Amino acid sequence: MTSAQAAPTTHGPGLLERARGSRLLWPLVALVALVLANAVRNPGFVEVRLQDGHLYGSLVDILKNGAPTLLIALGMTLVIATRGIDLSVGAVAAISGAVACTTILGSADPTSPAAALKGIALALVLCLVLGLWNGFLVALLGIQPIIATLVLMTAGRGIAMLVTDGQIITVRNDFFAEIGAGFLLFPISILIALAALAAVALVTRRTALGLLIESVGINPEASRLAGLRSRTIIWTVYVFAALCAGVAGLMISSNVSAADANNAGLWIEMDAILAVVIGGSSLAGGKYSLSGTLVGALIIQTLTTTVYSMGIAPEVTLVFKAVVVIAVCLLQAPKVRERFTRRRRPPATAETTPPTRPRASDATFGTEPVAHDATAPKQKVAQS
Amino acid sequence: MLNKILPVAVSAVALVALSACGSSSAATPGASGGAAGGKAIVMGFSQVGAESGWRTANTKSVQESAKSAGVELKFSDAQQKQENQIKAIRSYIQQKVDVIAFSPVVETGWDTVLLEAKRANIPVILTDRAVDSEDKTLYKTFLGSDFIAEGKKAGDWLVKDSQGKSEVDVVELQGTTGAAPAIDRKEGFAEAIKAAPQIKVIASQTGDFTRSGGKQVMEAFLKSNPKIDVVYAHNDDMGLGAIEAIEAAGKVPGKDIKIITVDAVHDGMQALADGKINYIVECSPLLGDQLMDLAKKVVAGESVPERVVTEETAFTQEQAKAALPQRKY
Repeated sequence: MTSAQAAPTTHGPGLLERARGSRLLWPLVALVALVLANAVRNPGFVEVRLQDGHLYGSLVDILKNGAPTLLIALGMTLVIATRGIDLSVGAVAAISGAVACTTILGSADPTSPAAALKGIALALVLCLVLGLWNGFLVALLGIQPIIATLVLMTAGRGIAMLVTDGQIITVRNDFFAEIGAGFLLFPISILIALAALAAVALVTRRTALGLLIESVGINPEASRLAGLRSRTIIWTVYVFAALCAGVAGLMISSNVSAADANNAGLWIEMDAILAVVIGGSSLAGGKYSLSGTLVGALIIQTLTTTVYSMGIAPEVTLVFKAVVVIAVCLLQAPKVRERFTRRRRPPATAETTPPTRPRASDATFGTEPVAHDATAPKQKVAQS
Repeated sequence: MLNKILPVAVSAVALVALSACGSSSAATPGASGGAAGGKAIVMGFSQVGAESGWRTANTKSVQESAKSAGVELKFSDAQQKQENQIKAIRSYIQQKVDVIAFSPVVETGWDTVLLEAKRANIPVILTDRAVDSEDKTLYKTFLGSDFIAEGKKAGDWLVKDSQGKSEVDVVELQGTTGAAPAIDRKEGFAEAIKAAPQIKVIASQTGDFTRSGGKQVMEAFLKSNPKIDVVYAHNDDMGLGAIEAIEAAGKVPGKDIKIITVDAVHDGMQALADGKINYIVECSPLLGDQLMDLAKKVVAGESVPERVVTEETAFTQEQAKAALPQRKY
């Protein structure tokens, strides 16, 4: 209903038809609705002003604090597209922050940019290794991704605790603080995340790589037989996810100039998966949307900021978040959307049917082959 | 884990053998360490884990006090798991220690194992955290901080500080929703500021006891509330996060916006000495000495109060500067 009111004013009639079919429509509507609700309650929410040479306002906070989730969700999108999942990203983020901060603190001059660079480099190299480990378990040993990454999810936080000795490591390094708390007009963290997003979009959507990733997600065995190096692709996405998590971990610890092994990136894997799902990517793999992930991550952060600025009591915060998330997911569900479009269909029958048909087939393209081939390996085992 | 427990177990066995030797020959000097009863008290202590600097200091305090009080300590780390703690307590019962002390991981589910201890006539002392049990005879006493009193101390300071001011708007950074310290510190503070009607809590939100939580919530508060005079954070870490948010908003923490926190960990004390925090109420982990005193009394059969509050103080900026060099945590 909101779309009927909002969409015509912003788009032409042709766009409206296209927009209604897009999986991004409802998440976008939810995002705008959240911001509008905030603006109604407190007009200052949408106000953005210049403060000490950078932008300042609630919307800027959403971008800044949402950057780690966005970055991790970006890595998660590709992993999920290969029909995998990476539960270890939160722990990897914690390790990254812990290693960076302890390295900086342990260097000769903890306030120098050189110390920060050393810490960052060491943290990222370690994340690369952790990603290789995840990829090794999943791609080479063929362990279920949820189990393979669960190993590092539980062990990783322990590693981070070992690195920091269970203490919160505080650093005073201006260069390091820039990553998570710095500004180049916009928050540096969101610039990094958006740059990564643009790079991934370019590499996967302008080349065949995206298609290859999706085909691996739809059927890894068939892709391999068709001449794709499925293993290498799967391995690569896990390494990329770990790197994203590593950078996100740097942002999180840099934002408060401290590494907290217990709490840094805690449950962020769930937020990232949620962002991917809200964005319309299928958890069954084979179909992903980068712009959807961007919107999903922004919704999650806007939700958090909304809770803080609207003064929703902490006791009902989780319920409030759950209600919004369920609403968004329901609006996205093909069955619910079908109901909506069917009810609206009668006034313009002949005109709207052609665009909906390819859309329906589009949806089945994503789900049907997956459902089909999920049973295939089992049959094979049963036969042999 | 095994290599952590094994040496402890081995040395515990060795010590038991040693003390048995000592009591039979009755005249080994120094073996009984100077405990009042002649024979050294054996205490089994089960710690929650090592989740924070606070907890590490707590462990260290118990270990050091045991040494200086001549109490033989059997220490085990439960790594945040209740079943580990129950196992540890059962093994202490089998080893027939004189007294068991522990910081329960969770509040409930202790009745069975505590009953076993009671039947074995081993007194139990709770430290730092309480258990939720209807049978109060299962443990002798509970030694720990009074979170309500901490909240009150914070509120009292603010009431004194706000004398003569017309309107004081406070934002509160709560601890993890549902956690006892969060509930009690909020309650104590609210009670204390009733004395000054000009003080109002205009926003209150959970920052999960973490720095980034405190920073994010404070960022949102600063934007939705044009006038904030005071931040009351339920722990130092959230206060430290709030400091960063306030600085990013172009205001001066400690001057434009006053900050009151609870805990007095090292980073918090440093910020207090630097003038960025205005007042810190201490929540001390250093309860070792009190614990050993209680243990001796309990073992000697003396009656002890059901609830013993940890000796705690509070710090202003000047006091922090003086106290900082000797802080243990």
